[in-house]
Amino acid sequence: MQKMRFSSLAVQNFLLTTAGTLFFTTLILLISGISPLAVYQLLFFGAFSSPSKIADLLMLAAPLLLCAAGLTLTFAAGLYNLGIEGQLTLGAIFAMLPLRLWPDLPPPLLWVLAFLAGALGGSLWAASTASLKIYAQVNEIFAGLGMNFLAMGIALYLVFGPWQRIGTASMSGTEPLPNELWLPTLPNLRLAPLAPLLALSALGIVWFLLAHTKWGISVRATGLNPIAAENLGVPTNLRLFETLFGCGILAGIAGAIQILGVFHGLIPNVSSGIGLLALLIVLLVQAQPTWLLPIVLLFASFAIGSVQLPLALNVDSNISGVLQGSLVLFALMARGIQERRQKKH
Amino acid sequence: MNLDQFWVDLAAVLASASPLILATLGETITERAGVINLSLDGTMLLAAMVGFAVGFQSQNVGLGLLAAALVGGFIGLILGFLSLSLRQSQTAVGFVLALLCTDLSSFLGNAYVRVPGVAVPSMPIPFLKDLPILGKLFFHHDLIVYSSFILTPALSWFLFQTRNGLILRALGEQPTAAFARGINVIQYRYFYTILGGMLVGLAGAAYSLDLKQGWSHRHIAGMGWIALAIVIFGAWQPWRVAFGCYLFSALQVLASRSQSLWPSVPTQVFQVAPFALMLGFLVLVNLSNKPPSTPREAQISLRWLSLAKLMLLMQGLLHSLAASPPAALGKPFYNDEP
Amino acid sequence: MDVSIFDLTKTFGKVRANEQIRLHFAAGQIHGVLGENGAGKSTLMKLLAGFLRPDAGEIWLDGQPVKLLNPAIALRVGIGMVAQEPLVIPAFTALENFYCASPASAMPNLASARQRLLNYAEQFGFTIQPDLPVANLTVGQRQQLEILRLLALGAKLLILDEPTTGISALQKKALFEALRKLAAEGKTILFVSHKLEEVAEICTTVSILRAGRVAGEGQMIMPQPQDHLLSLMFGQEIQTKNPSLPQKSETSSAQSVWKLDSVTLREGSRSLPNLNLDIPAGTILGLAGLEGEGQQLFLRLLAGRLRPKTGQFWLKDVEMTNSAPKAFREAGIHYVPADRLAEGLVGKFSLVEHLSLLSKMPGLLINLRSAQAQAGAAIATYAIKAAPTTPLAALSGGNQQRAMLALIPAHCTGLLFDQPTRGLDILSARAVWQQLLARKAAGTAIVFASVDLDELLKYSDSILVFHGGRVSKALDRTDLSATQLAELIGGVGFVAGE
Repeated sequence: MQKMRFSSLAVQNFLLTTAGTLFFTTLILLISGISPLAVYQLLFFGAFSSPSKIADLLMLAAPLLLCAAGLTLTFAAGLYNLGIEGQLTLGAIFAMLPLRLWPDLPPPLLWVLAFLAGALGGSLWAASTASLKIYAQVNEIFAGLGMNFLAMGIALYLVFGPWQRIGTASMSGTEPLPNELWLPTLPNLRLAPLAPLLALSALGIVWFLLAHTKWGISVRATGLNPIAAENLGVPTNLRLFETLFGCGILAGIAGAIQILGVFHGLIPNVSSGIGLLALLIVLLVQAQPTWLLPIVLLFASFAIGSVQLPLALNVDSNISGVLQGSLVLFALMARGIQERRQKKH
Repeated sequence: MNLDQFWVDLAAVLASASPLILATLGETITERAGVINLSLDGTMLLAAMVGFAVGFQSQNVGLGLLAAALVGGFIGLILGFLSLSLRQSQTAVGFVLALLCTDLSSFLGNAYVRVPGVAVPSMPIPFLKDLPILGKLFFHHDLIVYSSFILTPALSWFLFQTRNGLILRALGEQPTAAFARGINVIQYRYFYTILGGMLVGLAGAAYSLDLKQGWSHRHIAGMGWIALAIVIFGAWQPWRVAFGCYLFSALQVLASRSQSLWPSVPTQVFQVAPFALMLGFLVLVNLSNKPPSTPREAQISLRWLSLAKLMLLMQGLLHSLAASPPAALGKPFYNDEP
Repeated sequence: MDVSIFDLTKTFGKVRANEQIRLHFAAGQIHGVLGENGAGKSTLMKLLAGFLRPDAGEIWLDGQPVKLLNPAIALRVGIGMVAQEPLVIPAFTALENFYCASPASAMPNLASARQRLLNYAEQFGFTIQPDLPVANLTVGQRQQLEILRLLALGAKLLILDEPTTGISALQKKALFEALRKLAAEGKTILFVSHKLEEVAEICTTVSILRAGRVAGEGQMIMPQPQDHLLSLMFGQEIQTKNPSLPQKSETSSAQSVWKLDSVTLREGSRSLPNLNLDIPAGTILGLAGLEGEGQQLFLRLLAGRLRPKTGQFWLKDVEMTNSAPKAFREAGIHYVPADRLAEGLVGKFSLVEHLSLLSKMPGLLINLRSAQAQAGAAIATYAIKAAPTTPLAALSGGNQQRAMLALIPAHCTGLLFDQPTRGLDILSARAVWQQLLARKAAGTAIVFASVDLDELLKYSDSILVFHGGRVSKALDRTDLSATQLAELIGGVGFVAGE
């Protein structure tokens, strides 16, 4: 009985969210004088239209999942880690270091070094945010934002300064890496299998940590009631630091994937908003690791599907962001309506 | 640098801070009522876009400004509905709205990118504009800038000298006490969230119809986040918030002036630097706010202070800036529980 | 104002907080409303003050039915309530509190508000400085401020919810005088309490609530025999005997748990000077005093969360002056804060999750089976009404406090309790104390802070009185009477310890 009621509530919730989102995006499309059907076809199915699209989808989903897994940790500890963009960027910058310093080392060794360096860069940036939060009582949202701007400044400096492409400095980034340093891909596809594998293992680790370890339960206690957690003997500041640090590691690895597998060089906008999108996803699933993978794939498919919009239909690709954002907004609304109804009964 | 140039720069600082002042004081109103509107970055972009588009289509600046204010107020209404009526986290809703509105502004604003449109006309004030120095500084602007001058003292007066201001502060400090005094907390919070949102919307239009005179994708991205940080920096006090806006504005002017000093540093870096610096100032303010709780920590922060020579000078100033946020900021209010 | 209540009913989910309440309060009298915690007194008062809306039933004022949809309407018709924790705005000054949201007709501006505040204060002999931040006022002063504010708004029915909790003996005296005076002026006063003797002292009538209903024959004229009132309040369950007075303990030979040598504490503007003390194992030390006189500083010192500014500090003969809180936990010291759900427990966690969190078993993984077994055992031992996986926020206050106790290992060195029975009904409170006394017998040293004199006198071996930023020497319980203790708390005859 209890179970049936739960599932019917979940269905209602789902229907309300989907209906609301579709209504809103359709409205936006109609206002802009665009036929919604063609747009939806590309948005929903475009990412699955060819093997190369699916490859792109997975190469976007990999860093997205890494970031979302990391944010699940920080969200469980009650943190809004808006600084993830900077953590990813620093991860990318650090991943460039071994590649530029010792280009003659064997590529597999360089990849390992690049991932390690990326993890180091991301976690350093996250540790700074954590220190600002713990020692200077700066809310992590603003500490993270500051670190984001700083990271952006460093990336811009490098791309337009010391690491600029010979002859021209531009937003398109540094000199591309030599081909042999690119992560190995499946034949004729841009899919580097290592990237999704890394992301899946990160998800597995995060799920296991939160669900099955004492550390995980103390993180959740910190997120739910930090004062009580402290009184029950949880070192809450340490937990905040650790979860941010862990998130920084995963974001840094995502940054390294952007370098080694996606852009093959540093560009100023190396994060491409992946961190913020991951934060949106974590808000949608409320830090439940089990729902993370399907939602990451869904959001990534919207993004990949939208890439074709400008060429195929002369429609701006930002509609995928509108779709993602309104999905989360309506999910929050549906949740609120449901909680309100339950309260009344 | 000659003196004339200095006055010109100072006038530019005053003018270019005006949208920020509208946005930060709008957010100050909302937060004083106990609600955090985290959507500022998106709201300002969307309002800037809509304001510009409406102004362009109607060839009427006033309509553009009005439309922008309505957009800002509407986003405030959505935030209010989700957080005040449906009791979802203000932070979560605000963040989602920030991203959603940003994407919306880009999608809907495609047709208006770098199109010449209408702009708020300059309006030097007769006689006063001819005053030496003061004339140039304060009376050679337009209505948006003048209203930014007036808004700070007006809000300060409202908050601390009026009956309604006292109620507004009570909403953010102790809503249960306001409720017990017969105030409809939820209704009032809606009102101030929408009012604050309207000012934020105006701030967006102040960019697209005045300061930047045009629209392009995400051209003022980051401003909303900085505005939110400045409200904290300004400790929810209108004068200090305004000071924060002018400080940021001055940093931007300084950054563009210093480009010639370090030609080796790419110009893009100077555009980002003020943002990072402003958040650095926020950290300094917080550090000085914090009472050292154990002797060891005190030593550490003292060492930090002596490291930064500037800090010793600024310490007094920073301490005078110390203040705590409204006690119930961001916390939900329920009155239907036992 | 003449107040009639007809069949008032209010439910929260499945809980029937008020069921068909029917009462009448005549004007010009002080009416007592008695009941143990959770009997529905607060709900009834909130319905009267417009804070809550009834599911059914009617309220009539002076023969007219009224719909009290919100506090604004209630205030307009002349109903004012002073909550147990007076609902003031701590960041405002007394005057701003007085003025805030008052109708312009009553106080056109701040200057006139100041005049009214001073006039009213003088009339009732209350001393309130208008420009002092309310955060600096005592609970008693805040209550006085609220009473004056409601009178200034024209309240004809004044509701006071547990008004004597946390106020000094002197303030209580002034309060009772003021209430008598107001009743004589024709106002209706509702005096809500769970303290029989206070109701006996001041009320003309008494009504008793039990489990959301009016108990017995309805409203009664005072005086009434105490046994009769008690049996109405608690039904048959009152049979349990009071635990007897603690014996004068022979603990001089017992090992000391905490030992303080010239310890000085400071946090922000609060400080406590020169503490010298020895708290032996197997004893109970009560901390008496008005709320916020430094008892919490002291408890946190003993818990290792606040380091001494000067002096030395030993735990079981090991110097711990500068040790971290963790070391204290490891040494078997446990601290239970006053607000359980805010500071003691994670509301969304169940007993199983709490026990997993606290598990001392080796290994990094959660041992679910062992936690479940522990939870089952705890539920049986402590008679907690909950399943092992019920979130603790869904439990009643008494069950939460028992759960809190269940989380503390049976054999611990020292227990620190801030207001151990706040918000509990008498039976739950007794159950908690039975547990604590059992632990005392097993050799645990217990230190607790309370504003309840009876509790302090009933369970402590010795008592420290906190007053005006100073602490008395440890007073032997057997040398103290209730009157003496009340006077010491109010500062009469108070001498700081050396």
